[in-house]
Amino acid sequence: MIQTFAFYLFATIVLLSGAFTIFAKNPVHSVLWLILAFFNAAGLMVLAGAEFIAMLLVIVYVGAVAVLFLFVVMMLDIDFAELRAGFARYLFFGIVLAVFLAIELVLGLEAFRAGAIKLGTATSAPVDAAVPNLEAIGALLYTKYVFLFEAAGLILLVAMIGAIVLTHRKRSGTRPQNVAKQVRRRPQDAVRNLTPEIGQGVDL
Amino acid sequence: MDYGQSLLITLPEIILSIGGLVLLLVAAWSGAKATRAVSISAVALLVAAGVATLCYTGDAFGALYSGDQFSDFGHVLIYIAAAISLMIAPRFFQRAGLARAEYPILILYACVGMGMMVSATDFLTLYIGLELNSLAAYVLASFLRTDERSAEAGLKYFVLGALASGILLFGMSLVYGFTGSTSFVAVLGSLGGGMETGALFGIVFVLAGLAFKISAVPFHMWTPDVYEGAPTPVTAFFASAPKVAATALTVRVAVDAFGTQTLAWQQIIIFIALASIILGGVAAIGQTNLKRLLAYSSINNIGFLLIGLAAGTQEGISAVLVYLSIYVAMTLGSFACIMQLRGPDGEPREELSDIAGLSQTNKGLALAMAIFMFSLAGIPPLFGFWGKVVVFDAAIGAGLLPLAVIGIAASVIGAFYYIKIVKLMYFDESRTVLQTGDGKALAWIGAIMALLVSPLGYFSIPLLGGFANNAASALF
Repeated sequence: MIQTFAFYLFATIVLLSGAFTIFAKNPVHSVLWLILAFFNAAGLMVLAGAEFIAMLLVIVYVGAVAVLFLFVVMMLDIDFAELRAGFARYLFFGIVLAVFLAIELVLGLEAFRAGAIKLGTATSAPVDAAVPNLEAIGALLYTKYVFLFEAAGLILLVAMIGAIVLTHRKRSGTRPQNVAKQVRRRPQDAVRNLTPEIGQGVDL
Repeated sequence: MDYGQSLLITLPEIILSIGGLVLLLVAAWSGAKATRAVSISAVALLVAAGVATLCYTGDAFGALYSGDQFSDFGHVLIYIAAAISLMIAPRFFQRAGLARAEYPILILYACVGMGMMVSATDFLTLYIGLELNSLAAYVLASFLRTDERSAEAGLKYFVLGALASGILLFGMSLVYGFTGSTSFVAVLGSLGGGMETGALFGIVFVLAGLAFKISAVPFHMWTPDVYEGAPTPVTAFFASAPKVAATALTVRVAVDAFGTQTLAWQQIIIFIALASIILGGVAAIGQTNLKRLLAYSSINNIGFLLIGLAAGTQEGISAVLVYLSIYVAMTLGSFACIMQLRGPDGEPREELSDIAGLSQTNKGLALAMAIFMFSLAGIPPLFGFWGKVVVFDAAIGAGLLPLAVIGIAASVIGAFYYIKIVKLMYFDESRTVLQTGDGKALAWIGAIMALLVSPLGYFSIPLLGGFANNAASALF
């Protein structure tokens, strides 16, 4: 009962937020709707028993891809109103394209009903139903494939070195914080107690 | 699986990775001052890794990594090429004002990736090694970040390289889907009893992805642009070590993974080989930039290498390795010569017209360059000729007579532009005033490589042939 309820909840929100992603006027709102869609898609994956993919969706798509989108949308000065202009001009080609897509869709559905082209039989790896897939992936990743796991870490290291090599440069005129100097500074170096005469002011 | 043994077999990669991390810390704390020390330590690490690779043999981590004689041969050749790329670099970067310690470190990590590539006995190792190497290469290509051409080269290489990785990955997923394993041994066994169309698609896509990495026609378009734009020491590196790794990888995939379906990939390799030889020869004729010209020369040479692979026999693979060793010596030597050409203000010169009349201003440099050009053309007394002999001999031995005949005829096209360079140096009047010579390292490397490809190189045939035969026998 609770599964059915959760399924309909997640599915409705995915569909709605997907639609809002397309129809939102403000591109930042679009990205936010997209993030909502990802979260609910992750919920659907949990319901389907694919908890690893659910976490991947949240970490990779929400955590990295969507945030990247958000940065790009905010940092680039794109005039979305101008991009949308010329609707009437492209209407004809748009309709032609849509008709072709519709024909392909119908053909594809009919072909699917007629049966697949024989490319051969795909061999599937055996799956143990008793082991949750998170555990199964972890058991393989940290034992059999530990060498490749470490090597993948090196790839990330190289990517990091690359980003720094290509973008980092010394700027002149910056005033970086010198922690040691700050810590070394004592009250007696910095504070003077004065008793100024009335109407005299203070020498600084 | 015995982890201790596995770690010993993968010792060269471990030495380079940990050494690279330590050098990275040194570089982070002492900045550009440490560049020289880091470069020297990087060469020392490469030597240590080369020794380590020869010490242990066997399979590591299940069947993910193989430390056989074939991988030893590839490792040593890659480390030599990488060490030479490190030695020729310092003055070039100093003059550009960008002598940074990250250059040797990135080369080290590229070497880790290349080591994994030549030792890969599983599609996953193959892919991760390839990506590690490629990612370091993209950064190296745009290392002179203030230079527009260098940045363009890096971006172009990155976008096209990512596309090729995608194609390769798609092919690998098809092969995995239709054979049920990513291990070369399992794929070999599974393809043994007839092949399905889906698996054939996989083979085609895998070969297309690999053809990009060895810059074989029709996936060569990036090569001239990247070679021209990248800093010259980096171009020398691209033309040597990654070529060795990618070629060795292609050989291993073709023989170890798809060896039971030779007919399926043989025709692809034959087409790629002939197209590379012909296009590499024809397109180079109109070039005016020396680095672009050498890029087409490398495409041309890859064609000859693939003829050895097309034979598909042990002799063929051994011929590929012999040719590869000679090619590395010729290429690194040519780049060491080109790097010695500098204009009046010390800026690097790389146009074809700049070397006109070089024989009058610097006899030694002109002679070395002439040796490399004649050798690349495969003119008999020089060692480059021997590489072509063994490759064509293997092709004829495997019954591919028409392929050998067309290949020999097409090599004449390539000879045209190599000889044109010699003609420019010896018979034309000098138009520009050049400073030549740039430190002892370049001169020595140029001289040693020239000696290796000179007729003296023939003395190394028993040794080189023996190693290559041993390495090739590990695959069969």
